[in-house]
Amino acid sequence: MSVETYTPQRFHEQAHDALGNAQIRDNFRSAMDGLMAKRQESFAQWDLPRLRELGASIRQRALASLPDLLEQLETRCEANGIHVHWAEDSEQACRLIRELCQSRNAQSVIKGKSMVSEEMHLNEHLEEAGISSLESDLGEYLLQLNEQTPSHIIMPAIHLNADQIADILHDKTGIERTEDVDLMTGAARQQLRERFMQADVGISGVNFAVAETGTLCLVENEGNGRMTTGVPPVHIAVTGIEKVVEQLRDVPPLYALLTRSATGQQATTYLNMISGPRGDAEHDGPSEVHLVLVDNGRSTIYQDDQLVDTLRCIRCGACMNHCPVYTRVGGHSYGTTYPGPIGSILMPHLQGLEATRELPSASSLCGACGEVCPVKIPIPDLLVRLRQEAVGEGRGNVAGAGVKRRRSEVAAWKGWQWLATHPAAWRGATALAGPLRGLTPSRLGPWTEHRSAPKPAPRTLHAMLKRRHRGGTSS
Amino acid sequence: MDAIKCYPPKPAKVYFYGTCLIDVLYPEAGMDAIRLLEREGIEVVFPDDQTCCGQPAYTSGYQTEARAVAEAQLELFPEPWPIVVPSGSCGGMMRTHYPSLFTGTPSEARARELAGRVFELTEFLVHVCHLRLEDKGAPQVVAMHTSCSARREMGLADTGPALLTQLSSVELVEQARATECCGFGGTFAVRHGEVSGAMVEDKRRAIEATGAECFVTSDCGCLMNIDGRLERCGSAVRGEHIASYLWRRSA
Repeated sequence: MSVETYTPQRFHEQAHDALGNAQIRDNFRSAMDGLMAKRQESFAQWDLPRLRELGASIRQRALASLPDLLEQLETRCEANGIHVHWAEDSEQACRLIRELCQSRNAQSVIKGKSMVSEEMHLNEHLEEAGISSLESDLGEYLLQLNEQTPSHIIMPAIHLNADQIADILHDKTGIERTEDVDLMTGAARQQLRERFMQADVGISGVNFAVAETGTLCLVENEGNGRMTTGVPPVHIAVTGIEKVVEQLRDVPPLYALLTRSATGQQATTYLNMISGPRGDAEHDGPSEVHLVLVDNGRSTIYQDDQLVDTLRCIRCGACMNHCPVYTRVGGHSYGTTYPGPIGSILMPHLQGLEATRELPSASSLCGACGEVCPVKIPIPDLLVRLRQEAVGEGRGNVAGAGVKRRRSEVAAWKGWQWLATHPAAWRGATALAGPLRGLTPSRLGPWTEHRSAPKPAPRTLHAMLKRRHRGGTSS
Repeated sequence: MDAIKCYPPKPAKVYFYGTCLIDVLYPEAGMDAIRLLEREGIEVVFPDDQTCCGQPAYTSGYQTEARAVAEAQLELFPEPWPIVVPSGSCGGMMRTHYPSLFTGTPSEARARELAGRVFELTEFLVHVCHLRLEDKGAPQVVAMHTSCSARREMGLADTGPALLTQLSSVELVEQARATECCGFGGTFAVRHGEVSGAMVEDKRRAIEATGAECFVTSDCGCLMNIDGRLERCGSAVRGEHIASYLWRRSA
């Protein structure tokens, strides 16, 4: 039994452990290398800059009229027979879903993959109420068996290799141990199939909620999404309020961007477009469909004209696949529902900067995330903005703003500012670096753990050019 | 679509912004950059009051301090000459971030005007000087690390290699995962020293695996990081700024 709890407060320790774990390093590196190559190949025939521009504008347009679109979505959904519920936070959303289950005497829930439900810790909430909740996405199923949380938003069990998965299936479900992927998948499918048939309620996420038509789009590869939303008598879809798009025709470009950015697929195996419960003449489908729209901090992000870009996200995971930090420390090190670059700009709003203070700085600002983001979220700029908030130099509208402000650090930057705005003093100070280079400590904290200490040159560029100007040396 | 930059004709004079890292740690790289420009018949003006572009404070979240320091740099370039910066990182700060840093302040227009005439050195040599290099050195295998800010912030993935491939006796090799960050990231290297250390170790291995005899980069932050790692590991491969390499091979 490996009960693991990760927290964002312990980022450094968790990253340290991951960096020292050859298995984790290798699993992530090889998986991310593969995903990056597949993504690049899948966009080869496309005008990617224009497609990203289109994706960004669709999402931006939706956000610009978000309140109106949400109302329209509610109206259209209700007209389609989908009951719409609103939840201000995780707790309210969990309670709402639990009450829906209880009022239908549901004992057993089957779940499709939903990051919002992870964000809400829905499974724990339902289990506490005596309702069993089983994940049906293969990766999520394995994690539930192994009592772990997802390490990636698209491929939740990416930190595990086939060998480890063989152990989990053998140890937890009693099947004969095999590393044959087809056999393992077949066994899991068999186990899940029975549970689909027994489930009283199916809970799924939503990729795009179309305001124009009241359609819920669900993108998936395993068919578990279709089973979750089609087999049990009740389907509850849960999603963040930002997932709404204006029109049906917005879906194809976003879908094209999502599948290629996420896994390099031209199309997923399934694209479910749910437009209501089973009709009178229909032979299958749930008799009830509910949509739970969760705010959980999103409307606060929405009010900031820079941070609002965070809400464009379509949860493809490309930013983590391309992040050199994520690739090395893995998803669990972040200790948050959403890891990697998108997590570092989203989680401070969901959990506050007090808890997530290490995350905005856990980036070299290399820009790889922003470069691949299919909806052009300026992730590096938002990381810098949250660094400002953390040290109390932002707008102060993020929970926990100023939590990293230290008098000594402020004084150091003020001193640097004074020197850099007094050129004569700057030249004097930097001119001393060379003559005093012998005094440069060979150990400079974290820097010299891994590298030699930089050595100041005998003379600065300023001094060399002054000498040259005076004719002191020829060049 | 991202804007395609149209470059001006070669000017008679340019400003040179040396950057604080070159000033203190790698002044010869600055001198070599100036020599390359002067050889093209350009008069290079070095405003003596230049200090730092402000980026260290900016990326650490200290925007007020960064703005004050950047404001002092805005004063230094009164003539409409191009400003050549031998760093994609400082160049990116001035070109990309100065305008937003000064948005809504009295200096906004000046910051935008200045941003429009900032050029990274290799960009300027390729697109404005149309530099032609005559290689006078012995055969050598070299690897290049293009900084993330040059590559992504300034869109200059090709200008360094374009100069190196002009050198007839130089074989330019590409390391695995060439576009990946070396792990410097300014204060990131200290705040997240272990992660940064893992990144630079991978970069060292990738560069050594190419069989390159040396490596060049257009950014002294990456140079300090990668070369510091190579030195620490006792590697036979060492790095230098591309300006020094180009000057030495063609002078």
